[in-house]
Amino acid sequence: MTTDAFDQVEPRPGSPKRDTILSVDGLVRRFGGITAVDVDHLEIQANAITGLIGPNGAGKTTFFNLITGFDEVTAGTFQFKGEPLEGVPAYKVARKGLVRTFQLTKALSKLSVIENMKLGAVGQTGENPFKALVRPLWGSQEREIEARADELLKRFKLYEKRDDYAGELSGGQRKLLEMARALMADPEVICLDEPMAGVNPALTQSLLQHVKELKDEGLTVVFVEHDMDVVRDISDWVVVMAEGSIIAEGTHASIGKNQAVIDAYLGTAHEIDLGTIELDPEKH
Amino acid sequence: MNWSIIIESTLEAMVTKNAVVFALAAIGLNIHYGYTGLLNFGQAGFMAAGAYGTGIAITQWGWTIGPAAVFGIVLSVLLAFFLGLPTLRLRADYLAIVTIAAAEIIRRIVKSTQYSEVTGGSGGLNGIGRGFYDNNPIDSGLDLGIVSFSERELWFMVVGWGVVVLCMVLTYLLVRSPWGRVLKAIREDEDAVRSLGKNVTWYKMQSLILGGAFGALGGIMLTLEQQSVQPDQFFTPTTFFAFTALILGGAGRVFGPVVGSMLFWGIIQFTDVSLRQAIANDYIPTWLMDGVQAGQVRFIIAGGLLAALMIFRQQGLFGNKREVALDDH
Ligand SMILES: Nc1ncnc2c1ncn2[C@@H]1O[C@H](COP(=O)(O)OP(=O)(O)O)[C@@H](O)[C@H]1O
Ligand SMILES: [Mg+2]
Repeated sequence: MTTDAFDQVEPRPGSPKRDTILSVDGLVRRFGGITAVDVDHLEIQANAITGLIGPNGAGKTTFFNLITGFDEVTAGTFQFKGEPLEGVPAYKVARKGLVRTFQLTKALSKLSVIENMKLGAVGQTGENPFKALVRPLWGSQEREIEARADELLKRFKLYEKRDDYAGELSGGQRKLLEMARALMADPEVICLDEPMAGVNPALTQSLLQHVKELKDEGLTVVFVEHDMDVVRDISDWVVVMAEGSIIAEGTHASIGKNQAVIDAYLGTAHEIDLGTIELDPEKH
Repeated sequence: MNWSIIIESTLEAMVTKNAVVFALAAIGLNIHYGYTGLLNFGQAGFMAAGAYGTGIAITQWGWTIGPAAVFGIVLSVLLAFFLGLPTLRLRADYLAIVTIAAAEIIRRIVKSTQYSEVTGGSGGLNGIGRGFYDNNPIDSGLDLGIVSFSERELWFMVVGWGVVVLCMVLTYLLVRSPWGRVLKAIREDEDAVRSLGKNVTWYKMQSLILGGAFGALGGIMLTLEQQSVQPDQFFTPTTFFAFTALILGGAGRVFGPVVGSMLFWGIIQFTDVSLRQAIANDYIPTWLMDGVQAGQVRFIIAGGLLAALMIFRQQGLFGNKREVALDDH
């Protein structure tokens, strides 16, 4: 599926998609007096790359936390493949195929890189404490998992580090590891919270390539990113959040022309380099 | 100074009752804290569950040692559920608070006159498991010159260290498995583990149960060795002696808690006997310290040694320095 999945989609907040894999309705999350998330309606197109952008504090991370079961909604509902997910614990959400990474990386420092990766695999026989005692029961599965992990590590240029502690990696490498580890869990939808932050620019390009490949392999990618060049490069569709709500949706080109978006960024503009927002779509 | 007595009693302390009992308790804490990052400050409660479960089954219901010991372990499993269900979903500190309180509640319940018909009150239970020594196949003591053991001591050591080795093997098999990987990952960051589809709360419960059962085994061995059990053996410091042994040997290492327990009781005994000898020989004047005070001072000295160890060798004797260095991140 290519970007033409969006051909008939109106560029407005809450617009219906052709194949919706994830949808939210009336999703609200308040922290005391602060309304961190307040989304009327949002649909995510399956097998596409959706960029979620917005100024700092817009509620992007909280939105991810809510749909992946890491936070509880104040109000609202959301469905993954038509199945309601409110109140479903995070680990079950992940098993259903909706996997996320974290803005603040959670590399497991005292586990080696390869152990981090192997942890990600689902359905491991040896994770049962009784079967764990008998290596023949899980040994061959472990080898398969390890082979798959090595494969991914090579793709993410981490293979040379496989036996190092994850805590010894650089910040950018930890981001990569976290993303690779999430892929070990066989996701259908992967939610990446600022995956490129801190990643060595030399590596960003190949990482972007990997993300595009994920789509070719059938995955749905939702990612938060501040670098507008990255957003332009890989996203088929862009959703803009500000102060908890969706203020715009559309292709990258249509977003750049959207007055509400420009206002939102101008209103809060600090973290984001406005120069990188494509205010003039003709430029590209 | 009678050095042969000092050395003999130190060596003996390193291989007899307390070393065995606290090795088991510390192996349990190693599962909790060393591998899963759970703060169980009530290991004494699990030890009491094992000890009293066994003791009551034998003295009150006339059970034999085997089933009675199983009953003691079952009690510790129930205790783990009881403590874990409300707390394991919450932050780590809740478990710490609840366990330290629960262990103290257990001690006070078994000590109370209310239930003394079953628990023996403050006197505890006596005449537990005569069968343990009746079945002793060892018919002569062992004299190694510098230290000697009676046939009773030998029998306890064989069984006790046998159980310790069994628990170490079990720990080794488990921590190198994918199950152990999940526990270690939970120790590092439980949200990361959740995000990968693992039921973290349930794994923490499994860890609490297993480590608690090891603690219960410690209590059971204590009961069998003494053929009796007293409530105050499970006061709060008991938990912290086990923690000290674990930290001393190195948390997160299979051998750590065992070597730690041997060293801990070796140090305690060494300082105790040395001080008493020094007082008896007037090396230490009685206005400074008498024999009774020496019993307290040994813990002060042991604490000082531990503090020194933490300063100069944070990872414990067996710990991995590279791993400890990662904590700075
Ligand atoms: N646990 C929390 N407690 C209180 N306020 C929070 C919490 N998490 C997020 N917030 C607030 O919610 C708003 C949205 O935050 P966040 O989702 O992190 O934004 P973004 O990821 O878009 O930068 C912010 O105002 C933030 O301060
Ligand atoms: Mg964020």
